[in-house]
Amino acid sequence: MSAATIEPPPGPNVERVPLILNERRLSWVTDRISGIVEDRTPFWWWVAFLVTSPIALIGLFCIGYQISTGVGVWGENIPVGWAWDITNFVFWIGIGHAGTLISAILFLTRQRWRTSINRASEAMTLFAVICAGIFPGIHVGRFWMAWFLAPVPNQYGIWPNFRSPLLWDVFAVSTYFTVSVLFWYTGLVPDLATLRDRATSRVRKFFYGLFALGWRGSNRQWRHYEMAYLLLAGLSTPLVLSVHSVVSFDFATSVVPGWHTTIFPPYFVAGAIFGGFAMVLTILLPARAIYKLHDVITPQHVDKMCKIILLTGSIVGYAYSMEFFIAWYGGNAFEKAAFLNRAFGPYKLYYWTMISCNVLSPQIFWFKYCRHNVFIVYFVCMCVNAGMWFERFVIIVTSLAQDFLPSAWHVYHPTWVEIWTFVGTFGIFLSLFLIFMRYLPMIAMSEVKIVSPFADPHHHPPGAQEETHH
Amino acid sequence: MPEYRKIHGLGAEFPTAAALFHAAEKTRDKGFKRWDVHSPFPIHGMDQAMGLGKSWLSAVVLLGGLTGLFTAVVLEGYPSLIEYPVVVHGKPVTWATVPAFFPIFFELTILFSAFSAVGALLVFNQLPKWYHPLFNWERFTRVTDDGFFLVIEARDPKFSEASTRQFLEEIGGMHVTLVHD
Repeated sequence: MSAATIEPPPGPNVERVPLILNERRLSWVTDRISGIVEDRTPFWWWVAFLVTSPIALIGLFCIGYQISTGVGVWGENIPVGWAWDITNFVFWIGIGHAGTLISAILFLTRQRWRTSINRASEAMTLFAVICAGIFPGIHVGRFWMAWFLAPVPNQYGIWPNFRSPLLWDVFAVSTYFTVSVLFWYTGLVPDLATLRDRATSRVRKFFYGLFALGWRGSNRQWRHYEMAYLLLAGLSTPLVLSVHSVVSFDFATSVVPGWHTTIFPPYFVAGAIFGGFAMVLTILLPARAIYKLHDVITPQHVDKMCKIILLTGSIVGYAYSMEFFIAWYGGNAFEKAAFLNRAFGPYKLYYWTMISCNVLSPQIFWFKYCRHNVFIVYFVCMCVNAGMWFERFVIIVTSLAQDFLPSAWHVYHPTWVEIWTFVGTFGIFLSLFLIFMRYLPMIAMSEVKIVSPFADPHHHPPGAQEETHH
Repeated sequence: MPEYRKIHGLGAEFPTAAALFHAAEKTRDKGFKRWDVHSPFPIHGMDQAMGLGKSWLSAVVLLGGLTGLFTAVVLEGYPSLIEYPVVVHGKPVTWATVPAFFPIFFELTILFSAFSAVGALLVFNQLPKWYHPLFNWERFTRVTDDGFFLVIEARDPKFSEASTRQFLEEIGGMHVTLVHD
């Protein structure tokens, strides 16, 4: 039997939905995405920026007020030594993780749909880590002593304790931020070159040209570029898993009931990705609607992100129940009391908000209709954003408020300074994101072009002369 | 463009990634050495089509990672074990407590690796290089949009203005242009 007579086995029709809809050409991608940056600043942008930037300023004012007056302007007091400050830190650092997951882990697993969303998510990572970084610095109270965090000996020649999770955290978060910046900038270089080549004004040409480093898109450059990008993805993948693991060690290595559990590292990482994907959708859905990017960020993209939210949300739900199970099964009276206090104590409202937002609300993503209705998706994302903040608050504050000694129990309430510092970080985050959208390409053009059929070296568009070469 | 300026090479434009890919294979087979293709995105399989091997940037990153690991060992080990040993949270200064040093070993390994990846990328690609003769070619601005280019440099031993131009036209190159320095 000759090879020519063998029929391909009849299989299911697995034709994939294209990642770029409506067969858009390469130049359409360039024009559409560069156009966002090149057009006149739209009116809505100014409105949005004039809302977010004063909020950012209020946040900065609160930080200044707290530093100049003292940490007593916050409501936290022994035994609740960590409250909104560390809650906000863990909340923001967790949000960053989705960006790295999209840019690194989905790259390594060859999820080609990531190309439409990775740039904006990486930017989100950077801005979230900036917001996160504020809190460890200011929560020490004496801000001018924050250099104690650095690995240098103090005035008595004593070094920081390298075996403390708090110092691991300093290394993990600063490495995470630095590597995220490097990864993001490496990805930006070819797109900056696009903006350079399209620039009409001298100022734009100078600045985009400066940061594009003279990129020429030569294959001898792409060869090293792809290797560097692959390695950065390979380095970021264990890094992102390590960062939230180390954050969880801050709690897990202590002896506080409710914190001292081995499930924390995977539970924190899953929660971080869960909350981060919700934030990615929170930002990208409005951006997609405003700039009509539906051909690049397709329903398929939203669908896949919803599935990740469903998966990680279910992992988080499993962790919540496993914590309760171990509190009972472990037979430790303090642990059991801590968990009963969580669910039925003074913070029960926070606890049940957390459960409904994080465990129950994403379950509707089992239905395709819900994953494809942007209003439902947006509503669930908002629930998850709130729920993940409540989760960190519940973990941190409920365990501290009722510690070993009932006479020391104390119900914590925030002051206006804490509330407005937190609201202010949203102002900082959103202002930075608006500036990013205005000046840098929000979607990685060179990467989106790769997933287009026009990028395939064996693709011959209809009408083109058929080549007989191999 | 003044005629007395040195010639950088001959450039040709191709309509699609596929056309550029086949042109690269033919240029490789013709025996040219100093040439390159330019595209808005990396083209899958182009390294083989150009006859290029693996990028050894990974070796630099390995060295960078090992440097980071060594730095962390010294940074943590010297103060904690030699200069000022302190027993805190019940962790005595013995080898049994070494795992508590691992997170920082790991973080610095990653940090140094990432810096060496980006540093090696710049060095290997000779970037930043804000002036390049190709930027004198007006059509070349499309390289970051949807243009596909092949450039054979004048310093290639097989280069000659007439025959190379003919070769580029034979393999389907359009707008064959002499690029000056």
